[in-house]
Order: sequence, then structure tokens, then C-alpha cells
Amino acid sequence: MLPIDPTNKLSLNRRIMEGDLVVVYERYDTFGSKVFSSKGGFVYLLAPTPELWTLVLSHRTQILYIADISFVVMYLEIVPGCVVLESGTGSGSLTTSLARAIAPNGHVYTFDFHEQRAASAREDFERTGLSSLVTVGVRDIQGEGFPDEFFGRADSVFLDLPQPWLAIPSVSKVLQQDGVLCSFSPCIEQVQRSCETLKSHFTDIRTFEVLLHAYEVREGNLGSWQDTDGGLHKSNKKRQRSANGLESSKPKTIMARRNGETRGHTGYLTFARLKCTM
Amino acid sequence: MSAKNSEESLSGSQNRRITWEGCSVLLDINDGDRVLFARLTAGSKIKIGNNSCSLQPLIGCPFGSSFQVEVGGGGPFLSRVIPSTEGNNLVDKMDSQIMEERRDNRAIVDNNTAQTLTGEDIDDMRRKGATGDEIVEALIANSVTFEKKTAFSQEKYRIKKQKKYAPRVLLRRPFARSICEAYFKKHAEKIGFLRVDTLSLMLSLANVTVHSDVLVVDMLDGIVTGAVAERLGGTGYVCNTYCGITPYPINIVRMFNFSDETCKRILHASLAELRPTHSGSSASIDELEDACNTNRQQNTEALSPSSAIDLVSMDESYSGNMETATNVAASPKSSKSIRAGEKAPLEAIKSWKENGFSSLIIAAPDLDVWGIAKELVPLLSYSAPFVIYHQYLQPLASCMHNLQIEKMAIGLQLSEPWLREYQVLPSRTHPHMQMSSSGGYLLSGIRITGTDQPQPN
Repeated sequence: MLPIDPTNKLSLNRRIMEGDLVVVYERYDTFGSKVFSSKGGFVYLLAPTPELWTLVLSHRTQILYIADISFVVMYLEIVPGCVVLESGTGSGSLTTSLARAIAPNGHVYTFDFHEQRAASAREDFERTGLSSLVTVGVRDIQGEGFPDEFFGRADSVFLDLPQPWLAIPSVSKVLQQDGVLCSFSPCIEQVQRSCETLKSHFTDIRTFEVLLHAYEVREGNLGSWQDTDGGLHKSNKKRQRSANGLESSKPKTIMARRNGETRGHTGYLTFARLKCTM
Repeated sequence: MSAKNSEESLSGSQNRRITWEGCSVLLDINDGDRVLFARLTAGSKIKIGNNSCSLQPLIGCPFGSSFQVEVGGGGPFLSRVIPSTEGNNLVDKMDSQIMEERRDNRAIVDNNTAQTLTGEDIDDMRRKGATGDEIVEALIANSVTFEKKTAFSQEKYRIKKQKKYAPRVLLRRPFARSICEAYFKKHAEKIGFLRVDTLSLMLSLANVTVHSDVLVVDMLDGIVTGAVAERLGGTGYVCNTYCGITPYPINIVRMFNFSDETCKRILHASLAELRPTHSGSSASIDELEDACNTNRQQNTEALSPSSAIDLVSMDESYSGNMETATNVAASPKSSKSIRAGEKAPLEAIKSWKENGFSSLIIAAPDLDVWGIAKELVPLLSYSAPFVIYHQYLQPLASCMHNLQIEKMAIGLQLSEPWLREYQVLPSRTHPHMQMSSSGGYLLSGIRITGTDQPQPN
């Protein structure tokens, strides 16, 4: 259960109970407590958060990651009590974070045209304890638009569709005035076309790309140049140094560098605000 | 799929879409050239160019509406501009021109003779009551080079003149997003150069949501505290902690339109009060109570007259950096019963000690972060996430190393957010020429039960 319900709140005294959802975190060798695994190393049992959920959920589709998710939630101005529409649901990675932001009295209505995918997502939200905040619908938003019952009711809308421009006219009907739309597209051609469609009913149209660069940190023992002897063999030098007892006295340096391989592109995020005409 | 009744009544005061008297607003002048905060009262005014305009016409308008300065019998006033939704033929025409653009800048010579209209001519037009839009049209008509420009630079020329002679004021909702962006654009140093995507990541990484008890060290004038409180929606707590007896100022919190319920959830407590007390020492509880009382007195003394002044002083500091002088005579309601940032009551402190905080956010640009982390991470519940912001990489790298050695946390990640904006126009799409090269660094992790800590039964 994600801790959006006061009874599931984290506490130093809370024990893991039957039926609790935990994220098993295995690395190096109550929640946040250490358990010995069969392999002899440690695993940690952690209370789930949308961030941990994103790492473990089953990928039925390409998913959104934390940098995009965080930016979307803040830029869509989502606060507790908001009504948010989303299409498609996909694997529900973003949906989980949307639900966290609108709790306790808002609601996320998420639509996917794929019946089986919608059903799997619904099961996931049941397991993560979000089913009171999220409703999953089966609908082709590109083809049919959002249902009429949402006209003028949505605070924010998120689109992750192959042809978002087809859904934009419907978005302008369901959004409240000054409400914000976000469209996520991997290709610039999609962005180009969406922006052209947005111009008639939207203002403040802005497109971003957001990434997160991870760093690795290690403690290193960088030798002094003066102590070396040109191209003399390394192991030789090492023996000499430890013999002199220099190694321990030398202050170690903490060094950080960017991880070697990283995600270079996820998608473009286009935001727009519905014009105020009243 | 049927609409639920519960969300019909969700128009909480936090999410109001129409301004009201006494509400805080963000005024965006000329598409972000100038941004200022104001409180809408009958008497408040802003200065745009040489005109001083009352903010009265903005009361009761929807957020997102635009205004233009017009001059009437009673002097200059702000008048609402209703945008057209369908009539974009002009823009469409321009788009098609851009697509098949043949013109270039070969005929443009920079010799300052392109404009035949003089300053006196413009003043004369003004005296005769010409509107800003009319002046812009006259300038275009009298520009020798306008027709030779590409459609794209014609548009740029028009926008430039429109900003000068017919400035627009956009009424924005003060949300964490807009407030952070406004500060980052004009006074980044006041919020420790915290960029909006970095702030958004902090809220995610700290798992801020309803019913959370969030411990913060907010030395960024309240931007973090406000952003957290916005996500709490009047539940849980955000507790701002500090060493010594004086809490950090949280002036930015007043720019959000927080309800009383949300204000009540913004508290502060000193590190000494939050540190675990050894069981059985009733004396320490008494001491604590004394400390709380004295602190409360000091606090009311220190904070009571500030509300109005800070908003104004901020605007003053703004005007110092602007081409035009600003004077916002903001006079918010003099005594609001509930103020954000009160001293944490004893029972709250007791509960935090018993249960631990559900997350921790540290934003202390001038302090050694490890020194803070080693005190505060142990105040978290097991499995609770934390995130530390810093402008520089090195202090976070050291802190990460120490947390690893002390086995205080897992899932440690040191990361740097990166944000790039794009210009999207027909045949003219590219990244913005200028971008922010650093939004700072974040260290995040999850608190675990360390080996040295006593296991609670």
C-alpha cells in the first residue's frame, strides 16, 4: 500500500503486517529492515513509494521516469483535490504519481484503448491501494475524445498518444479555463504538429526536455607526482609506498563523476494553458 | 464511469480559479520581462512605464486573464483583453509566409534611419489619446525597412514595439511552479538557484503527499516549505527545523494563497526540541515546555508586523532591478487569525519523536550538509526517503560517502537535473539559444535500521 492513507503512515513503531506491499531491495550483501536472502546477501524490505514502484512495475509499455514525472506533476499545477485526466494509461507509472498528488479528495481518470492493459493497470492500482483515487477506463481518446461527462471539469490533462493533435480539440472542452495540458511525445515531428493545433485554443505553449544525470562517487587515493618515478612500474611503487607507511597518512580524496552510460532522450514535454475567454 | 460526489465539492480554497479581494497574485508583465507579486486590494497599485494603475479591476477576474493599459478620463487603467480563440488567420497567414520565406537581411542597413517617426511625434499621438496599439501600427507604417524584413523578424519587431507601447499584464496563480520560476528568473540567489525541475524532483524523491510529516531545513526563504505545504493540502505537517532559537524566515510562503487549514500545518521546531530525549527524564520535558513557551513569545514578537512589509520590500527589491520603478502598495488584511510558521506544539513534537518523520528535505546552501544529515536522518522513520539539495557537487559527494560508511541509508543517488526549452515554430524549431546550465545537485536515499541502532520491540 502506498502511504497515502493515514492508517498506512510510516512510523518507527509500524511493523510489516500480513497483506502489506513491500518493495524488496537487494544490494551489496520493520520497513527498511534487513533480511538475509538465500544467496547469503542482504535484502531490504522497503515501504513502497511511487518512485520505487516505477523501478519494479511490470513494463507493459514504455514508461515515464522520475525526471519527467516530477516535472509533469509540478508543471500541471496538480495539488490535492484536483481532477486529472490521462491517456494512455500504459503501465501506470505516471498514474501512480498523479494519484499521490491529488490525494485525498481528487481523482485521476485514466484511459487506454487496450482492454487487457487497462485491466492489468486496474489490478495494479488495487494492489497499491490507489483504486479509490484512480478510475481506469477503456476508450480510444484519439478517436473519440474524452467522455462528455468531463466537459469543463478537468484541472489538468496529460496525453501520451502517438497522434496527440487528434485529441487536443477534446482536451480544450474538458479543461477548465486556465487549466494546463501536457503532451509527451518522443519525436519532434509530433511536437511540431501538436503545437500547431494548440494555437487556436491554448496559450503559454512551451516545450521542454528534461533529464537526470546520475553521478557515481568513490574514495580514491591519488598519489603525489613528486613521489613517483616517471614510468617506473606501478606495483613497484605501491610496495615502496606501503613500506614507508605513507598510504595511511595520505588524505583520501572523494571523487564524483557522471555515470558512463545514461538515458539521452525520453521525450518532449509540451505544456499549454487553455485560454481564458470568460 | 460515473462522477463521484466527493470531487464535486473539491473547490478548496487552494484551487480557486477566480481572484478575490486580499488574494495574492503573480503579475507577469510583457511575457515574463517583469514579474511581481501583489496582493489584490482596492488600494493596491502597480507602475507600468510611467503609468500608475490600480489593481482593483483585477479583483474577481479568472486567473489566466490578460490586461492592457488604457488611458481614460480618470487616467491610466488596466482593461481586460479577451483573446480570440478561432480568429487566428493572421497567425496562419504568417506561418505560411514563414514556410516559403524568400526574403533575407541583405537589404537591411543598420544606420538608424529606418524609423521616420520621432519621439516628439509619438508624444504628440499620446497627447491626442492614441492607444498603445495605434502607436505600434504607426511605428510599423513609418518603418522604412519593415516590408523588407522576413515575416519572422516582422513579428519580432511587432512584439518589441507592443511591449513598449502597449504592455500586457498576465494574471497568474501563485503556485510552487510559478513562484519558483519567477524567482529563478529574476532573483535566483534568493532561492539558492533552485530551478523548478529540481524543486519538483525534491518533492517526488521525498515522497511528499497527504498525511506526511515532512521535516525540512529550508534556508531558501520558504520556497521549499511552501511547495511541500501545497502538496499536503491541509493534512500532515511540514516542520522547519534549525539550530539555536531563531527559525529561518519563510516569507515566500505568504505568496501562496494557503487556506487556514494549510497554514496550521506549517510549523517550526529547533533541533534541540526534536532530538530524542532519554526516557524517564521528566525534567527534560519540563525544560522543553519552558523553551517552547519562551520561544513562542519571541516568535510572536518577531513575526507579527511582518506580513505586509515583506511583500512590499520584495517588490521594492524587484524595482531596483527593473527598468521601471515599481511601487506596490500591498496592504493585506492586517491580522489574519492563523499564520503559517508557528511553533510546533508539544504533542506534535512528541508524536514525531515516537513515530519518526515520514520524509526529510534539506536545502541549506551555506552549511556543511553532512553535519545536518547526520543529525536529521536518524529522526526519520525506517524506510523513509530523504533528499538534500546543494548548488555544488562536492559537499553532496562527501555526504553520500559518509552515509554509506555509516550505513545509515540505502538507495543513495547523487544526480543533476537537466532542463532544456525549445522554440517550436513552423520550420523554425530548435532549442532555446540560452539555457540554465545548472539547476544544482540532489542527493537522495532511504533511511534504514542501522546496525548500531537499538531495535524497537
